[in-house]
Amino acid sequence: MSATQETANGTVSAGSARTARYFIYAALIVLALVYLLPLYVMLTTSLKSLDEIRAGDMLALPREPSVAAWVRAWGEACIGVSCVGIKGYFWNSIKMVVPAVVISTLLGALNGYVLTKWRFPGHKIVFGMMLFACFIPFQAVLIPMARLLGLMGLSNTTTGLVMVHVIYGLGFTTLFFRNYYEAFPDELVKAAMIDGAGFFRIFWRILLPTSGPIIVVTVIYQFTNIWNDFLFGVSFAGGEASPMTVALNNLVSSSTGVKEYNVDMAAAVFAALPTLFVYIVAGRYFVRGLMAGAVKG
Amino acid sequence: MTTIEPVPAVVPQRQGRSVADGLRNALPKIVLAPSFAVILVFVYGFILWTVYLSFTTSRILPVYKWGGFDAYYRLWSQPNWYVAMQNLAIFGILYIGICIALGLFIAILMDQRIRAEGVLRPIFLYPMALSFVVTGTAWKWFLNPGLGLENTMHHLGWESFRFDWLVNPQMAIYTVVIAGVWQASGFVMAMFLAGLRGIDGEIVKAAQIDGASNVAIYRRIIIPLLRPVFLSAFIVLAHMAIKSYDLVIALTGGGPGNATELPSTFMYSYTFTRNQMNVGSASAVMMLMGITAIIVPYLYSELRERKQ
Repeated sequence: MSATQETANGTVSAGSARTARYFIYAALIVLALVYLLPLYVMLTTSLKSLDEIRAGDMLALPREPSVAAWVRAWGEACIGVSCVGIKGYFWNSIKMVVPAVVISTLLGALNGYVLTKWRFPGHKIVFGMMLFACFIPFQAVLIPMARLLGLMGLSNTTTGLVMVHVIYGLGFTTLFFRNYYEAFPDELVKAAMIDGAGFFRIFWRILLPTSGPIIVVTVIYQFTNIWNDFLFGVSFAGGEASPMTVALNNLVSSSTGVKEYNVDMAAAVFAALPTLFVYIVAGRYFVRGLMAGAVKG
Repeated sequence: MTTIEPVPAVVPQRQGRSVADGLRNALPKIVLAPSFAVILVFVYGFILWTVYLSFTTSRILPVYKWGGFDAYYRLWSQPNWYVAMQNLAIFGILYIGICIALGLFIAILMDQRIRAEGVLRPIFLYPMALSFVVTGTAWKWFLNPGLGLENTMHHLGWESFRFDWLVNPQMAIYTVVIAGVWQASGFVMAMFLAGLRGIDGEIVKAAQIDGASNVAIYRRIIIPLLRPVFLSAFIVLAHMAIKSYDLVIALTGGGPGNATELPSTFMYSYTFTRNQMNVGSASAVMMLMGITAIIVPYLYSELRERKQ
């Protein structure tokens, strides 16, 4: 749909149409610069020395770009009382994200398959209840979960966080696969049944091979959400087992010693890199996941 | 002679098959059951547990002594809770309103056959890929009264420029709005852009032939057609506003003082640091009720529409 056909329309002269286009481009470029500004400032600050930061102008390019702050953030910065950098927390996040994404995606695929191709009475209610579970404020389950993890001996462990993320990610992964498999022709499944293929065989041979796009969408959505999570991390895994987001917040909000803005920003870049990388590599799927999560049912 | 199978052989086989059939019929349910059970226990069961806790006298640890509506009385007599509600109202209205207005504005600009759309769209959307903690950290630095924007403006020669919102209790909540809008408005733009692309070009052409101006076409035809997108955007943003916790923690830590307290930060601090778990639970129940009031009618109508 294009609304700018002024010249063809004849109501507006070519000259003012051109002015309008200049205005549109100018507005978009200014807006784009504003959106890029915080990222630019974050990156340039992380490459500056503390002296330069104190003396200078936030928007200026670093005079002598150096990755010293990055090295410090990765291996030396103090979080709490231990000064070993954020690398351990970065790996905590990796160890949390990978299993949680794999398990929740696999379960979501199976659930979506059952809820579309093997319907049973009451499947709508089951799906409705799983769908609502996507949207609850996690504050409403925080205390019981903390309690349960404590009883199971899983507080402050990555295993505990994996469990929590799988459980509260199930609603979304099921939603994604259900909506995708809904459009998959039932006739193919029926034909396979008549040929004697069983439940898992149909899933494995017929649905899964066509599920590439939705798997990518789900994996990216789950990866971004779990990597970026803060509330579960801070509630259930303080200290050594903290994920990256919690460690970053501890680093930035700690008030002891000299405030090293460049190190803070370098740590923020590390926390942002994995999801930004995924976004740059597979932005199309990222957007699709957001949309699928937004326009439900 | 060979067409009829021996009877004794058939009977056990049929029994075996019926068990196998039963198993085969139940298999899908068996596969789904663990997930559903987990949701029942960890979502619905835990919600009931939290609701129950809000009616107890729990302090540091959960205790199950009945306390009636005491926690709710105390919740609603906390000045802090009113600050949190008021901040949520300010934050929610501005965040949702500005995100929708800005998102729609950028989407309309982007829909004018822009040449560099492929470059611009990812720029508006990338903040959505970042963690709220990263966003908060970046903006905290950017708005730093000593070394951030204010200092930069002084360097540019605007000596009298003052921007201390981050440490000003009156204005701090607006910095949360700014960072929140920065993060989510690109996504709203993408939703509107998808909506705009879905509009039937014939309607617009017909209006153009009738001599309607561009402004009129947008005001009278296109924007009304985008109603479902407005609704979706509202739901998504309202949901994010009520849940938002990380952004405030990273940007202002709820301060200065309690100036940027939100229900989510209130719940966390009363439960885990102020040892008033029943009041914390009561505030969590309030948050759940707020979200339910927004989400349930929406989900209900969405699911019903699909059926028709």
